Amino acid sequence: MQKITCEQLIEKAVALLNDGTVSCVLGWKKGEFDYDITPALFETEEELKNEFVWNDFCRANFSKYLISKTAKCEGKILVFLKPCDTYSFNQLLTEHRFDREKVYAVGIPCEGMADIDKIKAICGDGICKIECGEKIAVSTIYTDEPTLIDAKDVLAERCINCKSKKHVAYDELIGEDGDVIDSGRFDEVAKLEAMTPDERFAFWQNELSRCIRCNACRDVCPACTCEKCVFNNPKSGVENKSPANSFEEQMFHIIRAFHVAGRCTDCGECSRVCPQNIPLHLLNRKFIKDMNEFYGEYQAGAEVGSRAPLVNYTTEDLEPGEVFDRGNKDA
Amino acid sequence: MQMKEYKPLIVAFCCNWCSYAGADLAGNNRLNYPADVKIIRVPCSCRVNPMFILRAFQKGADGVIICGCHPGDCHYTSGNYYTRRRMAALFSMLDFLGIERERTRVEWVSAAEGAKFAATMNDFAEKVAALGENKRLEDLRCKK
Amino acid sequence: MQRIGVFVCWCGSNIAGTVDVQAVSEALKNEPGVVYSTNYQYMCSQAGQDMIKNAVKEHNLTGIVVCSCSPRMHEATFRKTAAAAGLNPYMVEIANIREQCSWVHKEMPIGTEKAIILGKAAIAKVNLNTPLIPGESPVTKRALVIGGGIAGIQTALDIADAGFPVDIVEKQPTIGGKMAQLDKTFPTLDCAACILTPKMVDVAQNDKIRIFSYSEVAEVGGFVGNFDVKIKRRARYVKEDVCTGCGACVEKCPMKKVPNEFNLGMDNRTAIYIPFAQAVPKVATIDPNHCNMLKNGKCGLCAKVCAAGAIDYKQQDEIIEEKYGAIVVATGFNPISMDKFDEYAYNQSKDVITSLEFERLTNAAGPTAGKLLRPSDHKHPHTIVFVQCVGSRCAACAEKGKEYCSKICCMYTAKHAMLTRDKYPDTEVYVFYIDVRTPGKNFDEFYRRAVEEYGVHYIKGMVGKVVPEGDKLKVQASDLLDNKQLHIDADLVVLAAAIEPDKSARPLATMLTASMDTNDFFTEAHPKLRPVESPTAGVFLSGTCQGPKDIPETVSQAGAAASKVIGLLAKDKLTGNPCVANSDELMCNGCSSCQRVCPYGAISYIDKEFRMPDRTTKIRRVASVNPAVCQGCGACTVACPSGAMDLKGFANEQIMAEVDAICK
Repeated sequence: MQKITCEQLIEKAVALLNDGTVSCVLGWKKGEFDYDITPALFETEEELKNEFVWNDFCRANFSKYLISKTAKCEGKILVFLKPCDTYSFNQLLTEHRFDREKVYAVGIPCEGMADIDKIKAICGDGICKIECGEKIAVSTIYTDEPTLIDAKDVLAERCINCKSKKHVAYDELIGEDGDVIDSGRFDEVAKLEAMTPDERFAFWQNELSRCIRCNACRDVCPACTCEKCVFNNPKSGVENKSPANSFEEQMFHIIRAFHVAGRCTDCGECSRVCPQNIPLHLLNRKFIKDMNEFYGEYQAGAEVGSRAPLVNYTTEDLEPGEVFDRGNKDA
Repeated sequence: MQMKEYKPLIVAFCCNWCSYAGADLAGNNRLNYPADVKIIRVPCSCRVNPMFILRAFQKGADGVIICGCHPGDCHYTSGNYYTRRRMAALFSMLDFLGIERERTRVEWVSAAEGAKFAATMNDFAEKVAALGENKRLEDLRCKK
Repeated sequence: MQRIGVFVCWCGSNIAGTVDVQAVSEALKNEPGVVYSTNYQYMCSQAGQDMIKNAVKEHNLTGIVVCSCSPRMHEATFRKTAAAAGLNPYMVEIANIREQCSWVHKEMPIGTEKAIILGKAAIAKVNLNTPLIPGESPVTKRALVIGGGIAGIQTALDIADAGFPVDIVEKQPTIGGKMAQLDKTFPTLDCAACILTPKMVDVAQNDKIRIFSYSEVAEVGGFVGNFDVKIKRRARYVKEDVCTGCGACVEKCPMKKVPNEFNLGMDNRTAIYIPFAQAVPKVATIDPNHCNMLKNGKCGLCAKVCAAGAIDYKQQDEIIEEKYGAIVVATGFNPISMDKFDEYAYNQSKDVITSLEFERLTNAAGPTAGKLLRPSDHKHPHTIVFVQCVGSRCAACAEKGKEYCSKICCMYTAKHAMLTRDKYPDTEVYVFYIDVRTPGKNFDEFYRRAVEEYGVHYIKGMVGKVVPEGDKLKVQASDLLDNKQLHIDADLVVLAAAIEPDKSARPLATMLTASMDTNDFFTEAHPKLRPVESPTAGVFLSGTCQGPKDIPETVSQAGAAASKVIGLLAKDKLTGNPCVANSDELMCNGCSSCQRVCPYGAISYIDKEFRMPDRTTKIRRVASVNPAVCQGCGACTVACPSGAMDLKGFANEQIMAEVDAICK
């Protein structure tokens, strides 16, 4: 597949901006570091030409931004969507979270995004410059020559286990559309399932104890778009700002995973933004894997208006007591 | 094995129409079960939010059981079908986190099944007692 | 802060025998909110109730906890007591310390300890109780019956008999439904028309009943007691109130080759037609697909011959809006299509027919004037094979048949076989069956007579193939009891086709937000105890739209549905259950999760304008619960990811408080 270039996207955005199709553009721009690409709203051709970025670090899923941006923006918004982003896009439409009429969605192909931690593992700290071309050229303050890294070698976990190169929603597509991929995204979950409960407990205790409750996972999650999160709402019974031994503290991740169960598209943003590198996506994937196995394949966001497994039923569903005998080897 | 004095604390959510009436029938027939079981009445098993279960565990419950009408007999036609899916997902997740699977249970008890109610509670209390105190959910985020 | 009174009941020795009631009332005295705590022998007695009333006044109580028997026993009693004392009845909570404590635990210390904890949980809940007031809504005293078959007719007659106006909406030009097409009825063999048509006349003559024939329901809004319904009256090009039904137009109409649907296409009718002699309303209808005048403006004969001047070629569809208090669904059934059953050669040979076609062939008003003649050559058939369960009980062939038993086929096939042998004793009649199911009054006797007195050959086994050869139908079948293959040269093969709900039922269910099963039969509110009500309040079920039924069952269900409707319409106001869901609009995301799980269709969405902190306004989609429709199950509260949806009387906070009190 021909890789699309940043120029192509700028050209498209400028054209749509100038012919009045859209009044602003949701895209990426450079952050503090070269690998810190952040979402940004562009309103003029000049801004686009000077600041718009498209490279191996454009990881952010824009779908969630559409909720606030469509409410504020007068005209249509141009949004660039990678295949995985289109699932979140559809899921939010299913939940009536933004007005489809106010969005012009351009699907762009994606070969996977780079994981900066993997780059750091190769180049060490002190990265001062990154240039993305055929290869990723990484310069550090300690070296004269940039290190050349093949993007394939430093793919983020969610991109290694990419579930789909197919866009499920767009007004226009740049490049070719891909296919849904039979990825190994559930392998890690299956590995955990195969452990003994003690081993699993030890694993999760080790992971979840690192959590500093910064809420980044929730704030980035395209399924967490509640007007008021239960964790911020005193009436919900789970809000508790006192630090020690509180219900919220202990149960945060379980409650959050349950709240997004059936609605999570497995975009992987939660794990991407976690400053403690907790593999939060495994909790969501566990729910997805279970529901696929219990109630038949379901991909949230694959189509607008689909009925998620937890707001659906059949009279023949398995009993809660039976879930343990499926998928798990130990007993 | 736990010490002799250890008494588990069990919270039972019972739907108003079948299981709560089943529990009443167990009482009418003087069918014993441990006093460790405390019942909370809800209109339908589908009213039971997973948060209630987690809350009970966090506040010191050792086991939580949800009882509802048999599938197909729900007073509200479909409530227990949703319960079945929600609890299947939740229980599987708790198991995935390494929490002992015997601490949670869903049982369908009709208004005529007083004997089943008592037997279920006896069995559940025994299994939970054998596990001892519920430490894991408390310790899930506290690596020692 | 609440001012709570705690009342611990001894229930004689029922509670006091294993629970130290004094200790319980003492222990609960110190709970938050409690200002008064006492115990008494029989709290439910007049003296006990007076004690509560006095305490409410004396201590200015705002909430009451009664530690006593099950709330299923006396919750209503104590709510009334509270109301009599001027408190909101929903400020009462019961701690069940009898059925769920003293009666199941034998030792006093254990029982006492548990009773205290249960009391604490009830107190924790009452602390968060708020007064609840049940909603009231008026009732429109008019019923709508959708479908004018025997089910709809019976329901309408019964409702009208109680004095309430009823409208029947029927999509065909006449009421009567399937029963009008039948010849004789099992097990008594009286003729269907003889017992049905008088009822049709009753409907026509009843001034409480309006018939909207050739019409369909276009839109349903509102809720129990207050439905707003739009009915589409299709243009029949004949003024219904002018036409006398004389039939002159039918005689003169030159378009005589239109397949007659009343006879299932086995003969023809004219483009302007009256479905059958006893049709109600007895007015002509022009079929726009075949009328020359309507298609290309040439003809106009019917208008010329109509002495009454009833023909109106310019008539348009008309929408009628009406309010109803109750809606009865009586949309009935159809035999399934035989197109996919190639093995029986239904589409290859005219002499392979369905049982309903057989009814028309033996009906005196049918295409052969009641003589049993083969459709192909009009000869008398000498060997007839009946095949049962064609598409019924067909778990393996879900793509063409139905998994369920159609229930009526065994009996009507026995009837067909018996009547054939009775009228034409020279005819050999074979019936192939899986089982013969005859559960009904005088049903088995009827079937035994077919076998024993009339000599019908009943063979357990299925027909594998029917092959037309010359003027014969070669029937290959197996006899499971003798374990052999059979080859029969038949003149006529009759297929007992499975029945399925009418195709109009599914879109209607969507309009009514009434639930259906996977086979498109309407679901009843409770399979045993509320069999004629749909889970959607104010929507009732009559006849085969709910499941396969014969005529006696349909009529009894129709009467039952009518009595439920009468019970509803007899009320001036509906008082709701105040323990209903409500959505906090400030928190609601409008995601539709709650709507998807609501079994009653009680949740709708509105676009609401919100003032933002920066003084701008924002329009958001939010859920809105109709308290008159909500039954208070709480399914929505868990489906709601934001916690905006809560249940009055069983709020998240209240249940959490109970959990906390128990686990502390």
